[in-house]
Amino acid sequence: MDRIPILRMGDLLLVTIQFELHDRLVMAMQDDLMRLIAETGARGVLIDISALDLVDSFTARVIANTAEMARMMDAETVLVGMQPAVAITLVELGLSFHGVYTALNAEKGVQLLKKIRGPLTGESSDDTAGE
Amino acid sequence: MTPPGNERVPIQSEDDIVRARRIARTYAQELGIGLTNQTKLVTAVSELARNVYVHGGGGTMQIEIVSNRGNQGIRLTFEDHGPGIPDINLAMQDGYTTGNGLGLGLGGAKRLVHEFEIESWVGRGTRVTIVMWA
Repeated sequence: MDRIPILRMGDLLLVTIQFELHDRLVMAMQDDLMRLIAETGARGVLIDISALDLVDSFTARVIANTAEMARMMDAETVLVGMQPAVAITLVELGLSFHGVYTALNAEKGVQLLKKIRGPLTGESSDDTAGE
Repeated sequence: MTPPGNERVPIQSEDDIVRARRIARTYAQELGIGLTNQTKLVTAVSELARNVYVHGGGGTMQIEIVSNRGNQGIRLTFEDHGPGIPDINLAMQDGYTTGNGLGLGLGGAKRLVHEFEIESWVGRGTRVTIVMWA
């Protein structure tokens, strides 16, 4: 079975969804991500959906649940790269991702995570280099 | 390649849901439907095809090219022979769910397309027809 690749970058886990989603693929991503958060102690998760031209209510629900689960494991999630047509469609569908942080792209997503979580390792964090 | 004007797609698995979305996207592109409406249509297809698969025990999606006063559109008919819906008005409400969804499937799909019609017969099945104009 295919898996959605999850990259580790210091305190961050980066999930890049690059192909069309089957329901079971989304569910597998949720499992993989929770396991990786537990194993690595990651404090932030970026989910990049810029390649997705469709997000239906099922996928949206799994992503929102995933963010909630990650938070219970002390990791904040930022959803990045949503296409304009997807945003329009989701709101008309009745979904607005309340409780999920969003950012325009991965770079802004990382900035947002730093703001929420403070300096993350794997990044240059001058303010912790005390001595 | 120009798709044929009339096609019936089986919806018997999760893979079929993905295939139904792709086929609907291809037709919408051929008709020159704009990206936002394409996305809305394909999202509605995803919701309705999932209903057919999950609640209806499988069924079909029929695709037709329709025209009205020179304007072309895509009409999709989703049919299953599942348990049917006893109270359609209730089922159309946001938040109504019998499964594991958010209950946005039917009401949400209706908001995404230009025309929406639902018929259901308890014990015999459900038919949902949607139209998106170019």
